[in-house]
Amino acid sequence: MSEADTLVRLDGVTVTFDVGRDGFWGRHPKQLRAVDDVSFTIGRGETLGLVGESGSGKSTIGRALLRRTPVASGTITFDGQDITHVRGEPLRRLRRHMQLVFQDPYASLNPRMTVAELVSEPLRVHGMADSVEGARPVVSALLERCGLPADAADRYPHAFSGGQRQRVGIARALALEPAFIVADEPVSALDVSIRAQVVNLLQDLQRERNLTYLFIAHDLSVVRHISHRIAILYCGKLVELGPTADIYDRTKHPYTTALLSSVPIPDPPLQRSRTRIVLAGEVPNPVDPPPGCRFQTRCPMAEARCREQAPPLEEKAPGHWAACWLS
Amino acid sequence: MTDADAPLLQVKHLFVKFFTRRGTVHAVRDVSFDIARGETLGLVGESGSGKSVTAQALMGLIDLPGRITGGDVRWHGQSLLEGDGSLLRRVRGQEIAMVFQDPMTSLNPLFTVGTQIGEVLRRHRKMTRAAARTRVIELLDLVGLSNPGQRVDQYPHELSGGMRQRVLIAMALACEPQLLIADEPTTALDVTIQAQILELIADLQQRLGLAVLMITHDLGVVAGLCDRVAVMYSGKIVELATADDLFHRPAHPYSAGLLRSTPRLDVVIPRLVSIEGSPPDLVSPPVGCAFAERCHLATEECRESMPGLHFQDDGRKVACWRPFEAEGPAPVTAGEGGR
Ligand SMILES: Nc1ncnc2c1ncn2[C@@H]1O[C@H](COP(=O)(O)OP(=O)(O)OP(=O)(O)O)[C@@H](O)[C@H]1O
Ligand SMILES: Nc1ncnc2c1ncn2[C@@H]1O[C@H](COP(=O)(O)OP(=O)(O)OP(=O)(O)O)[C@@H](O)[C@H]1O
Ligand SMILES: [Mg+2]
Ligand SMILES: [Mg+2]
Repeated sequence: MSEADTLVRLDGVTVTFDVGRDGFWGRHPKQLRAVDDVSFTIGRGETLGLVGESGSGKSTIGRALLRRTPVASGTITFDGQDITHVRGEPLRRLRRHMQLVFQDPYASLNPRMTVAELVSEPLRVHGMADSVEGARPVVSALLERCGLPADAADRYPHAFSGGQRQRVGIARALALEPAFIVADEPVSALDVSIRAQVVNLLQDLQRERNLTYLFIAHDLSVVRHISHRIAILYCGKLVELGPTADIYDRTKHPYTTALLSSVPIPDPPLQRSRTRIVLAGEVPNPVDPPPGCRFQTRCPMAEARCREQAPPLEEKAPGHWAACWLS
Repeated sequence: MTDADAPLLQVKHLFVKFFTRRGTVHAVRDVSFDIARGETLGLVGESGSGKSVTAQALMGLIDLPGRITGGDVRWHGQSLLEGDGSLLRRVRGQEIAMVFQDPMTSLNPLFTVGTQIGEVLRRHRKMTRAAARTRVIELLDLVGLSNPGQRVDQYPHELSGGMRQRVLIAMALACEPQLLIADEPTTALDVTIQAQILELIADLQQRLGLAVLMITHDLGVVAGLCDRVAVMYSGKIVELATADDLFHRPAHPYSAGLLRSTPRLDVVIPRLVSIEGSPPDLVSPPVGCAFAERCHLATEECRESMPGLHFQDDGRKVACWRPFEAEGPAPVTAGEGGR
């Protein structure tokens, strides 16, 4: 991908959190490396799917990209500009171009604001509308585009179903015409029949507006459907990154293999006859990760070297990266 | 006196209503199904379709403002709802056990795992403290917890979500039930942990001859585990079929729609086919078929009169005026992509 086609770039990004103290009189602050030396790019108009189990660092990466969480090291580039340490007014201007859609449409919308107030709020904050009334035409167009009824503008979030609330969240994120959207589990809380509606909406909007998405999810079937490329995280580390078809058909990391084989397929004879790799044990605690590869404690193929030295993320095939000594 | 020929569990024309300030919620409307000994029945449907309320009704766990307003639940042919409730009390927690979605809220944070499971054994099985402890360790081992001798003295917060779900399953199995009702037992868990728990349930079922009522909204979970599947929509069962029949040729347009709107890991399609609209409000359910409003096959008849759940030629039951007319899932051409 040429530099001009790249919208978002992460280089060696590490995010740490202080989590209490350790040692005699708590002299050693304990640190959790929620995201550890992660690098990837997202092209304009592309969807990068970000997958991993709970606590693997997906939301933290999304928040770091949007400059809502400080990074300990590494750089973040947006549209060719290093934004790692941007602050104040330039950061505020930058925020217009990058928006977040949350998992929980219930928790993310202020219940005391009408839909018109909610959707016009970003416009008012950024001085692009002087009042809710002034923003009406824009709001109506957005609501209609997101498939909400015309009278939705004057209702409160509680008067909507989960799927409709998620549409409100999407309309609100689109208000400033951003180039980039981090969608953090946007359909996880929705029912299957509603989930398909929202996935289709996100795909249509992307085509119309050349939007770039970081699509965070733990449902690999949805991720396969929506993503052009996929990044797999394990315990804060990127373990595999590549074009969607390659991740599924030419898997290079044993964790990805196990993850894929854990996803049930809605086809009884096929599902019954699949060889499933059921991983033993649990994801290690990122405060105290194991030595070597972080997956070695559960990896069915681990060797001596895996227990001593962490494998680097290497390009195993064109555009297909993996961090594994054995692939 | 139990009837040896009767199915393990029979649910007959069950109705449950909630009398709320907003009006009467018709949560379960004329639901009937059987579960045979050792069988796994899946109960699928979207949020609010009445899956949990059905399960709670079987266990006699409907509290105010809700009430069972009609129908019967029979266990080995005997009514659990009629009489003074003594049969229900004897059966619940012993012959029929239940596991819920959120393992944290169903465990008491103040007591160790051993105390909580031991309490069940001491109450129902009149075991001594020492005997109960030995049995708890066996049970924890049965559900695949490592170091059961050590886990027995741990508190719920010291365990991960997956381990807590195993503890709950161990607790449910304590009295050797004949039927396990599992209400979304893996929804809160990561996929690799979900796979562990589903494997465990399948394994226990084989070894203990357990019947399972598996409640889930995930069609994939049902595909791997269940013999038969009941699809619920707006408080009613709309299709009841073997898993193979349902997935290969759904008869009800809602079942067909569900399958088509579920993306599959092994099949790539350019666009998901969604079911437009959303389910009706159960305070005023429509007079006709509840799905009619979202169904592209719906006619006047569908909107005016409610189809009953009737047998079809292939032995399944469907509540639809135009069964088998909806387009099923996209044919599978690709091989299994995910390995
Ligand atoms: N503000 C914080 N303070 C301390 N630790 C944090 C904070 N935010 C996140 N963490 C920790 O960082 C790790 C990564 O968390 P993150 O929320 O990014 O995971 P995730 O992949 O989004 O998980 P989920 O699927 O559950 O949303 C976890 O171990 C989490 O506990
Ligand atoms: N205590 C209650 N008071 C009032 N209404 C209730 C109560 N419990 C359930 N209901 C209603 O009964 C209907 C069926 O709910 P139920 O919990 O069985 O759905 P479900 O299929 O289990 O959904 P989910 O997948 O979200 O768990 C819903 O409309 C719900 O709002
Ligand atoms: Mg998250
Ligand atoms: Mg439920």
